[in-house]
Amino acid sequence: MLKYVLRRLIMLVGIVFIISVGSFYLIHLLPGDPATVILGTGASPANRAILYKQLGLNKPIIEQYFVWIGNVLHGNLGTSFISQTSVASTIRAAYPIDLELIFLSQVLAFAAAIPLAMRSARKPNGLLDRLLSAGSFTLLSIPPFIIIVLLVLIVSIKLGVANTGPSSFVSFTSNWRVNLTSLALPSITLATASFVLYFRVLRSDMIATLQEEFITMARSKGLSQRRIMWRHAFRPSSVALLGTAGVNIGGLLAGGFVVQYLLGIPGLGYTLISAIASSDYLLVQGIVLVVSVGVVLINFFFDFLTSLVDPRISRE
Amino acid sequence: MSDLLDQSPEIEPLREQRLGPLFWICVGWLSLNVLGAIFANVLPLVNPLYQNYNAINAGPSLHHLFGTDDLGRDILSRVVFGSRVSLAVGSGAMLIGFGIGMPLGMLAAYRRGRLDTILTAVMYVLLAFPAIIAVIAVISFWTPRTLFKIIVVIGLASVPLVYRVIRSATLAVATKDYVTAAKVQGSTDRRILFRELLPNIAPIAVSFLLIGVATVVTLEGALAFLGLSVNPPTPSWGNMINESRTVMAQNPWLVIFPSLALCLFLLCLNFIGDRLRSYFDVTEVKL
Repeated sequence: MLKYVLRRLIMLVGIVFIISVGSFYLIHLLPGDPATVILGTGASPANRAILYKQLGLNKPIIEQYFVWIGNVLHGNLGTSFISQTSVASTIRAAYPIDLELIFLSQVLAFAAAIPLAMRSARKPNGLLDRLLSAGSFTLLSIPPFIIIVLLVLIVSIKLGVANTGPSSFVSFTSNWRVNLTSLALPSITLATASFVLYFRVLRSDMIATLQEEFITMARSKGLSQRRIMWRHAFRPSSVALLGTAGVNIGGLLAGGFVVQYLLGIPGLGYTLISAIASSDYLLVQGIVLVVSVGVVLINFFFDFLTSLVDPRISRE
Repeated sequence: MSDLLDQSPEIEPLREQRLGPLFWICVGWLSLNVLGAIFANVLPLVNPLYQNYNAINAGPSLHHLFGTDDLGRDILSRVVFGSRVSLAVGSGAMLIGFGIGMPLGMLAAYRRGRLDTILTAVMYVLLAFPAIIAVIAVISFWTPRTLFKIIVVIGLASVPLVYRVIRSATLAVATKDYVTAAKVQGSTDRRILFRELLPNIAPIAVSFLLIGVATVVTLEGALAFLGLSVNPPTPSWGNMINESRTVMAQNPWLVIFPSLALCLFLLCLNFIGDRLRSYFDVTEVKL
C-alpha cells in the first residue's frame, strides 16, 4: 500500500513538473517578442522593463523557467497588464464558484444515477432498463453546450423563470437564494453529462456483481432485497463509480467553462475565456497552470480513495 | 424460493447478432452528411455568406427551409457548409491520432520489453494531463488560429488515448496460438503485424475510431461555442450556436437547426460504434 502510494506520488511530481514546463512554454508559442504581444506595440519602456524582469525574458530559456517557477512557488503568478491586478488574486476570487458548481452538479448526478442504475440492474433488459439505457445513450450524444443553450431557451426565455438567464449570477454570501437559482441550469447541465457516465458504469458493474455467487448466497440466506442491493452489491460496484467520478473531474471543469461562458458566471472558465478574448496572456497562463494541477491532484486523490476502498488495486 | 428464481440474473437468449435497421439508418445519415459536406459547393444552396436584408431572422419557409439568421443568411446552407468544419476536424484529428497512436500501440504490445515500458509510461503521464485544458491553452496562444492548427492540436492530444486502446487490443491478440504459429513458421515481424494482428484488432479500432470522431467533433463544437475555433464568418455548427446566443429569444431556429445537426451526427457515430463493438463482441478487451 505504502509502496503504491509512494509510486503514485513520484508520478504525480513528474506530471506536475511537466505541466509547469508546458504552462511556462505557452508564452513562447506567441509569435514574435512576448513582451510586445503581451503589452501591445505602444507599451512604455518602463512597463517593458517590468515585464522583462517579471518573466526574466533577457535570460536563457532554462533560466527563465527557474525564475518563473520560483515566483509561482511563492504564489506569484504575475500581474495582468490589462486589469492591473495580480493573477493569483483573480484566480482566488474565481475558483470557489467552480467548486460550488461542481459540488451541486455531482450531488444531482449521484442522486439520480445511483437509484436508477440499481433499479435498472435488477432487471436487465426490462422495460425500465431499456428506457433508461436508450435515454442515457441519447443524452451521451448531446454536448453540454447544447443542453445549456436549450435549457436557457426553454426555462428562462420561454417560461420566463426569474434569475436563471444570462448574467443573473450573484455570490452565495450576498443572496444565497438567487445564487442557487442562477446556478440551477448550469448544475443540471453538468449533472446530465455526469449522470450518463455514472449510470452506465454503475449499471453494467451492478449487473456483473449481481451474477456473483456471494449474491446467490445472500439470497439463499433470505436477506432482504434492500440489504442485498445496498450492502452486498452496491459496495463492490461503488469502486468503479468512484474511479469514474475521479476521471470525470477534468471533463466537468471543461463543461463548466461552457456554462459559465454562456451565463456570464464569473468562475475560472468565464475568466479564462474572457482573458483569451482580451489577450490577457499572463492570466490565461496562470489559470491553465492552476486548473491543470488541480485536476491532476483531484485525480490522484480519487485514485488514493479507490485504493482505500478496494485494496486489490494497489497490489496490481 | 420463487422469489429467488425470479431475481436470478436473466440469461441473455442466444440469438443471431444482427446489426439492425437503426444501424443502417445511421450509416445512411452519416453518408448523407459526408456527401453534403463534400459537394456543398455544387448543391443548389444559397451562398452561406450571402446576407439577404429582406429576410432577417425569418422562420422556415419554402425560400429558406430552415429560415435565416440575424444577418439574413440561409441557415440550411450554413448548416450544410458548417458540417465541413466538423468533418474536417473529426477526420483530420483522428488521422493524426491513429496515424501515431496505432503503430506505436501495436509495436509496443507486440515487442513488449523496454520499448513497451517506456512508451506506456510516457503515454500514462500524458493521459493524466487534462487534455481539454491543454488544447484550449495551446489554441489560445498559438495565434492566429487556423483550422489546420486546431486539427493538429486535437489530433496530438488524442494520441495517448488511441495508444492505450490499440495496445490493450493488440495485447489480447498477440498471445493467441495463430500468432505463435506464424512466429514458428518464421514469418517476418512485418507480416505478423499486418497480416495477423491488424485484421484482428480492426473491429475494435474501427468502433473506437467512430467514437473518437464523435468526441473530437464535440470538442471542436465546444471550442467553436467558446469562440476558439475557426473565425467567423466561416460557418461551423459550434460557432452558429455561439452566434445565436444573442438573438435566441427572437429566432430559436438559429439554435435548433445546428444543434439538431450536431446531435444527430454524434448520435449516429456513437450508435454505429457501439453496435459494431457488440457485433464483434469484443468483451475480453477493456476499453
